[in-house]
Order: sequence, then C-alpha cells, then structure tokens
Amino acid sequence: MGEVKKMIEARKLNKYFGDLHVLKDIDFSVDENNVVVLIGASGSGKSTLLRCLNFLEMKNSGDILIEDKSIDPKKSDLNKVRQKVGMVFQHFNLFPHKSVLENVIEGPTQVKGTSKRQAIKDAKELLDKVGLADKEDVYPEKLSGGQKQRVAIARSLAMRPDIMLFDEPTSALDPELVGEVLETMKALAKEGMTMVVVTHEMGFAREVSDWVLYMHEGKIVERGTPSDLFDNPQEKRTQAFLSSIL
Amino acid sequence: MFIDFIHYLGHLWEVFIESKGIFLDATVLTLRLTVLSIFIAIFIGLFFALLKTTGVKVLVWIANTYIFLVRGTPLIVQIFIFYYGLSYGPLQISGFWSAALGLAFHNGAYIAEIFRGAIQSIGKGQTEAGRSIGMTSWKTMKRIILPQALRRALPPLGNQFIIGLKDSSLAAFVGLAEIFNVSTTMGSADFDFMTYLLISAVYYLILVFLLTLLVSFTEKKLAVSD
Ligand SMILES: Nc1ncnc2c1ncn2[C@@H]1O[C@H](COP(=O)(O)OP(=O)(O)OP(=O)(O)O)[C@@H](O)[C@H]1O
Ligand SMILES: [Mg+2]
Repeated sequence: MGEVKKMIEARKLNKYFGDLHVLKDIDFSVDENNVVVLIGASGSGKSTLLRCLNFLEMKNSGDILIEDKSIDPKKSDLNKVRQKVGMVFQHFNLFPHKSVLENVIEGPTQVKGTSKRQAIKDAKELLDKVGLADKEDVYPEKLSGGQKQRVAIARSLAMRPDIMLFDEPTSALDPELVGEVLETMKALAKEGMTMVVVTHEMGFAREVSDWVLYMHEGKIVERGTPSDLFDNPQEKRTQAFLSSIL
Repeated sequence: MFIDFIHYLGHLWEVFIESKGIFLDATVLTLRLTVLSIFIAIFIGLFFALLKTTGVKVLVWIANTYIFLVRGTPLIVQIFIFYYGLSYGPLQISGFWSAALGLAFHNGAYIAEIFRGAIQSIGKGQTEAGRSIGMTSWKTMKRIILPQALRRALPPLGNQFIIGLKDSSLAAFVGLAEIFNVSTTMGSADFDFMTYLLISAVYYLILVFLLTLLVSFTEKKLAVSD
C-alpha cells in the first residue's frame, strides 16, 4: 500500500462574489478511492466549492491541487484539468439536441479524439452499466429525471475522470427516482471512484462516504466519519443543522 | 358600382396575364436580391452576435455600434450610401451588388439581435456541461449552444426574412428592375398606376406566402429531429 494518494486538495481557498465572501480559507483533501460528502445549509457555499474545484468558477486566492500538482489557471490547460474531474449537476444539463448515445460520445470524440467506433463501443458499455442500454437512441426529453441523471453520469464517466464531483444529483428528482441514481453512485464508489458529493441523502452518506464535511457560511466547521458527524456532532451549528434536516 | 368592380377585376386579370413575362423577370431579380442579401446577412448577424456574447468590451462595443448605426438610420439612406459608395468611385461594384450588400448590412443588424437573444436564451447549464467534459468555449458554442440557439431563432428569423424580402423593393430607387420598380415604370407608361401596383402586391403576397411555408416546414422538420 504505502502512502495514500491525494486526488484533489484545496488550500486556503477563498472566493468572493463582489463583496460577498463565499468561501473562507477552505482546506480539505480527498484521498484516492474515497468518497467525501459535503453538507450544509442553502447558501453555505457547497456548489461554489465544487465549481471552484473544476474551475467553472475561479478562486480569488488559495491553491487547488489535483494529484498533488497545483493548478494555476493562467498557466495550466483547464480543459485538460476538467477532463480528469467529472461533474454531475443537479439539473442534469444533458444536451437536448443530442440522443443519449450522442450525449455520451460527445466528450470522447470531440475532446479526447477517440474514434467514433471506439467511443460508441465504450458508451454502450457505460449505458449498460447505468442500466440504460435500451435508451441509446432516445432524446433526453423522453427520459425520466432519474434516467437523465444516469445518462449524465455516463456522459461524465465517458471521459474516464479520476475524480467525480456531484452537486445535489438527486435533489431535482421525484422521491421514487432518487434510489436508482444513488444505486448508480454506490456502484461507482464500490469500484473505487474518488468522489465529492454534495447531498442531503443521509442514508447514502452513512453507507458510502468515508468523510462528511459540514459547511457553514463559507467555512468547513466540522469534519468526521459519517457516524461521528451524524451521531456525535461536536459543533453547535452542526447539531442545529442536522436536527433541522432530520 | 358592383358591375364596375367586376369590370375592373377583368381588366386587372388581363394586365396581369399580359405583363407576366416582365414581372417574372422582376421576380427573379427580387428573389436573387433577397436570397443573396439574407444569406450574407446571416453571416454578418452571426458574427456580430458572437462578438456580443464574448463579453470582451471592445468587441461588444463594435457590435453595438454597428447595430446602433443600422437601427438609427433609414434603410433607404443606407442603400443610397452603399450604392454611391460602392458603385461610383474606385470600386465600381454593380448596382445589384451594392444594393445586395446594403440590404445585407441592414438585415445583419436585426439578425444579430435575433441570434444574440437566442444564444442567451440557452441556459448557462449547457455551457457548464460542455466545459465540464473538457470542451473549449468555442467548441461548446459551436456544438452545444449554437445548434440549440439556431432552432430557437428560426421563427423570428423567418419574420426577418419576410421583412427583408419586402424591403428589397427599395432597390428600385437605385435602378434595379425588381418587382416594385417594374410596376411603377409600367404603371406610368400605361397611365394605369393602380393596376400595376396591385399586381406587384400580388407578387409580393405570393412570395411571402411561399417563404412562410418554407420557414414553417423547416421548423417542423427540426422539431421532428428533436
Ligand atoms: N454567480 C454568482 N454570483 C453572485 N453570487 C453568487 C453566485 N453564485 C452563488 N452566489 C452566492 O454565493 C453563496 C453561496 O452559493 P452556493 O450556490 O455555493 O450555495 P450552496 O451551498 O450550494 O446552496 P444550495 O444548497 O442552495 O445549493 C450564496 O449566497 C449565493 O447567493
Ligand atoms: Mg448548491
């Protein structure tokens, strides 16, 4: 085994929107194969943190390291970085003018230069894995929310990312569709995917995550294993938040 | 009274048939002028719409200035400026081309606004999805945003094409023998102005009708492939 590899790390990360200080000296890292769940009230900065990690949003100060390499947005090719860091959105953001299969092969063929034949072959395997092998020719509008999100996961996986970020992947779904998406994510975690997940699905967090971080007003105020953090929170703010959502 | 009206319709029909040849030639010219100017205008419009969406100050300013100039001056003035600017002086471009370019310059500004609106109507999530799989911003625009925006732009574009078709009548004033020019020339020669004007209106109506069909056909076609 030897040392554990840090897949992604933030050091003293700060982010402002105008005068609004949204991320305050964020420090955290995710080890390879680990799943980290981020919880926190609305507006606490969870999405902003995820978006800074793949440079959809630019930090104001601090460092972001991917596999121990500090990424300087001015010098690094961010498009390359984003290929390694997959992202799944709350509202799926599938490409509505493309079929399910076309959604999944878009990245490999257009960004990686994979041949179309190879990309289709890989995409079919991925769609099979997320349980949507029969939907490859369907357009997104014909899918349920849960199916859309699974396609979005397959689209992201098609880039063979080293890390996956999930921003409330189930919160736009009808309750009966949440399970199928969580199952897909659990399977991914089992395969050893490194994941950062913003979610309020406590069952998922308990079962799958290695660490839970609680964010409050732009700071990580508490972190721990799921059982520590959920059953024995130390901070008053964490206790208050947990009792408000349970 | 009613009898007179029937009589006049008969007369109108006769003149319509007699003048068919010359009006068909004029229709061809109107169509060439319209298709060419709109074709060029689409590229001008796309170009300036993209300038506006870059958010780069100078580029946005250039696009806004162009749109301001076009919207702030009458089309007939623009056509004359193009005509005297391009057909006289060193360039010696034909009257047809200077009118076509003048119309393209004009329609381009309105089409730019149509494209800009359509591009901005596509949710930010689409751009983020494209970027998050590693696409460059240009590739995201080209493969993700524009294909969706163009579909959304189609109804207002169709509208602008119709306006462009009718506005091509102003090329009469720089001497092009398009439909309106032919109708006024023939009308004054035959001392039968009204009849020829009505005939020209019929030609325009038919053209607009066909164009409307074409646009709605394309819309349906695109809707099916969704
Ligand atoms: N693009 C933006 N411009 C200005 N302010 C923003 C922007 N994005 C987010 N904010 C603000 O930053 C703060 C943090 O927002 P963020 O979306 O990261 O919160 P969140 O924890 O993800 O909340 P939620 O649970 O509602 O998704 C909020 O006050 C929000 O209004
Ligand atoms: Mg959020």
